[in-house]
Amino acid sequence: MTPLVKTENLGIHFGGLKALNNVNFTLAPGELRCLIGPNGAGKTTFFRLLTGVHRPSVGTVQIAGASVVGSQTHEIAELGVGIKTQIPSLFENLSVRENIWLSARKRNTRRAADEITEEVLVRTELESVASTNVIKLAHGQWQTVELAVVMAGRPKLVLLDEPAAGMTGYEREKTARLIEEMNKDHAIIVVEHDMEFIKMIAKTITVFNRGEVLMEDTADSVLNNERVKEVYLGKQAGGVTL
Amino acid sequence: MDFYIVAGLEVISGVATLVLVAVGLAIVFGMMRVINLAHGEFLMLGAYTAITATNAGINIFVSMLVIAPIVVGLLGIVVERVIIRYLYGRLMDTMLATWGLSLLFIGVVTMVFGNTTSGISSPLGPVTIGSVSTSGYKFFIIAVTICVIVGLYILFKRTRFGLIARATMQNPDMAATLGVDPNRTYAATFGLGAALAGLAGGVIAPVTGIVPTIGVVFGAKAFITVIGGGGSVIIGTISASSVFGTINQVTSFVSTPVMGEVAMLLAAIILVRLLPTGITGRFFKGGI
Amino acid sequence: MTGKMNDIVSSGLAGSLALAAAFLMPLFFNDWELLQLMIYVILSMLALSLAFIWGFGGILSFGHAVFFGLGAYAYAIAAANFGETTLPLLLSIAVPSVFAVLFGYFMLYGRISDVYLGAITLSLTLVFEKFMNSTAGPQYVIGEARLGGANGIPSIPRLNVPGFPDWVLSTSDLFGLCVILLAGVYIGLKFLISSDFGRIIIAVRENEMRAELLGYDARKYKLITFVIGAAIAGLAGCLFANWGGFISPKVFALSQSIQIIIWVVFGGVGTLVGPILGCMLIQWFTTYLTTVNIINKDVVLGALLTAVVLLLPSGLIPTIQRLINKIRLPRNTTARIAVEKAESRP
Repeated sequence: MTPLVKTENLGIHFGGLKALNNVNFTLAPGELRCLIGPNGAGKTTFFRLLTGVHRPSVGTVQIAGASVVGSQTHEIAELGVGIKTQIPSLFENLSVRENIWLSARKRNTRRAADEITEEVLVRTELESVASTNVIKLAHGQWQTVELAVVMAGRPKLVLLDEPAAGMTGYEREKTARLIEEMNKDHAIIVVEHDMEFIKMIAKTITVFNRGEVLMEDTADSVLNNERVKEVYLGKQAGGVTL
Repeated sequence: MDFYIVAGLEVISGVATLVLVAVGLAIVFGMMRVINLAHGEFLMLGAYTAITATNAGINIFVSMLVIAPIVVGLLGIVVERVIIRYLYGRLMDTMLATWGLSLLFIGVVTMVFGNTTSGISSPLGPVTIGSVSTSGYKFFIIAVTICVIVGLYILFKRTRFGLIARATMQNPDMAATLGVDPNRTYAATFGLGAALAGLAGGVIAPVTGIVPTIGVVFGAKAFITVIGGGGSVIIGTISASSVFGTINQVTSFVSTPVMGEVAMLLAAIILVRLLPTGITGRFFKGGI
Repeated sequence: MTGKMNDIVSSGLAGSLALAAAFLMPLFFNDWELLQLMIYVILSMLALSLAFIWGFGGILSFGHAVFFGLGAYAYAIAAANFGETTLPLLLSIAVPSVFAVLFGYFMLYGRISDVYLGAITLSLTLVFEKFMNSTAGPQYVIGEARLGGANGIPSIPRLNVPGFPDWVLSTSDLFGLCVILLAGVYIGLKFLISSDFGRIIIAVRENEMRAELLGYDARKYKLITFVIGAAIAGLAGCLFANWGGFISPKVFALSQSIQIIIWVVFGGVGTLVGPILGCMLIQWFTTYLTTVNIINKDVVLGALLTAVVLLLPSGLIPTIQRLINKIRLPRNTTARIAVEKAESRP
C-alpha cells in the first residue's frame, strides 16, 4: 500500500540554524499519529512543511503520491488535506454554520454542502451556537469549530496542530472522542503538547528532538522510554500539561 | 567629457532631492509603521513657509533651513497628537485619515495663497565646469542632503533620543517599563519626519514653481521610495532613491521629463511587486 | 440561507424605483436639469464599483479612477472611429476589464499586502495621468481620434440605439439609461454577494489564510472581484463621456481616485447602498459649495474624510442603522449581530 504521507531526507535551514534535519517519515492510510517533542524540537516546522507554509531546503514531501514541494497552500488542501493550524484561524465575523459550510462547499454542490453542514453541527454538538458569530465564542469552542470545519471538508488526511490547547475536562474528552471518530475514515496527524490528551488518543507516536526524529513507536513504549523521559518528560512529575 | 560631468551631476542631484523628499516619511514609516499621505503637503507647507519668510525680509537660507522645518515640525507634532495617535496599529485608516489631511492642507493653502504659482529666486548663481555651465544650487541640494543623512545617522546611533526611539519602536511596552513615555517618542519622531519634509520643501522652493498641489507628486514619490526602500530608514531611502532617481533622470535625458517620471513610477510598480519587503528587506537587513 | 427574501425585496424596490425615475422624471425636468441629476447617477455607479472590490473583496485600490478613465477614453476613441456606438460601448467595458486582468494578476498573484497595494495603485494612476497629459502632439492619434493631451477629447459622439447609427439618444433617454443601468448594477451585485461566490469572497476578505487552508485559491477570487469592479467602473466612464461629450486626463487624477474613496468611506465600507448615498450627498454638497464660494471644497472633503475615519469608522449608513437599532430594539442580539456584521471591515 502506498503511504499517504512520505518524506525523504527532509530538512529546512533558517540562516545557519537547522530547524529540521533528515526527517524520513511515513504515514499509512487510516493511521493516527501523534507528534511530540519539547519546544523548538521541530514538530511545528515539520507540520508547516506538510502544509506548504515553508518550503524545504532539502528532501521531498509527498502526499498521496504527489510531491507538494513548492505547492501553494490551497493546492495542498485540494489534495484532500484538512488543516487546523496552531493559532486558531476562523472567519471570525461569520457564524459557526457559515464557517462549516464554506469548508463543505469546496468539494460539494450547494445542496450537499448544506446537508454536510447540518450533519457536522450535530456530530460536534455545535447546534446551539450554529448561528452565533465565531468571535463571540469561548476559546474551547473555537477549537471544536475548527475540528468541525476540518471534518466538513471530508479530507483524506487531517493535520491537527494542538487541537486540545486551552481545553479542560469535558471539552478535552469530547475532542479526543471526535478525533477517534474522525480516524474511522481519515488518517490523522496530531501535534500536541498536552500529555494527558496524548494518552487519551495516541496509538503510534513520533518524538522530535532538536530537529530530528528521536524515536517512533507505539504509545506505550514511547511514553515509558527512558530517553524520551529525559529529553521531554523528565522535568515534570506525572505528565502534567506542558 | 564635460557633458558627462553635467549629466552625472544632474543624476546625483536628482537622487539627492529624492532622498531629501523621502527621508522624513521613511523615518515615520520605519520607526512607527505609519504611512503619512500628507507628507507631500508638509513639504508644500515648508515651501510656502520659506517663501513667506523670505518675502518678509528674512535671510533666504534662514528661511529655508531653519524656519521651514521648525514651523512644519511643530505642525507635525500637533497632527500626531490630534489624529495619528488614535490610529496606531491601523495602517490603512492612518493612510486614509492623512490623505484627508492632505486635501485639507491643499484647500487651506489655496484659499490663503490662491491657485497661482509662487516662488523665490535661487540664491546661488551658475557654476562653470569646463565649457558647460550649470546651476550652483545643485551642489547646495547635494550638500544639504549629505548633512541630513549624516545628522540622522548620528541622531539614531549616538544619542539618547535615538536609542529611546529605536527601543520604543522595537517594543513600546518594554520601553515604557524603562521609564520612557512612548507617546512623547512617537510625537517627537512624527515631528522630526514632518520637519524634514518642511526642510525639503524649503530647499526646493527656489528651483520649482510652488503651487498648492505641488505636494501631491512629491508625496507620491516619497511614498514609493519608502516602500521601495523597505524597512531600513537610511540605507533603504538612499538605495531606492538611487534606483528611482537614476531611472527618472536618464529617461528624462533621452526622452522628456514627463516620460522620466512615468518610467520612474513604472519602475516603482515593478520593484514593489518583485521585492515586496523593499530593497533593504532583501539585501541589507537590520540596518537603520 | 437567510437574507434571500431581503435581497429580492430590496432589489424589487430598487428596480421599480429606477423604472419610475427613468420614465417619470423626464416629464417633470428639462434637459438641463436632467443633466445635473444624471452626473449623480453616473458617479454613484463608480462608487458602487469601488464599494464592491473594497467592501467585499477587501482590495483597497488608490487608483480606481484608472478604470473609470480607461472606460471613458476607450469609448471616446472608439466612437470617433466607428460612428456606430455599440462596439465602443462594449469596448468601454472590455478594455478596463482586460487591463484589470493583467494588472490584477501581476499585483494580486504576488500576495503583496495593503500598503504595498496602495503604493502600486497610486503609482499606476499617476502614470496614466502624466502620460495622457503628455499626448498633446499630433503623433498621438488612434485612427480618427486625437488624444489631445491635457485638453482631452472634445465632442464625443453620444450613444445611439444599437444598429441604428442615426438614432442617437436624447438627454432624457440617456438619463433613463443611466438610472436603469445603475439599478441593474446594484441588483446584480446584490445577488452576486449573496451567491456562493459572494460568500467565498467575503470569507477570503475575512481570513485569507483560512480560505486557502480550505482549498480556495484566494488570489483567483480576489482577481475576479477586482475585474468585476473594473468593468463597472469602465461602464461608468463610458456614461461619463456621454454625459459631458468631453473627457480630459483629469479622469485619471489622484484627486478623482480619492474622491471615490471618500464616497465609500462616508457611506460605509461593506455596504452597497451606503456608497451610493455617500456619493450623492457629497457631490451635492461640494457642488453647492462651489456655487456659494465661501470655502474651498478640498477643505471640506479632506476634513470630512479625516473626521469619518476618526469618529465614524464604520461609515454613515451602518452608524445610522446602529442608532435605529439601539432605539427600537434595545438588547436585541440578532439585530446587534447583523449590524456588527455589516460593520466588519477588511
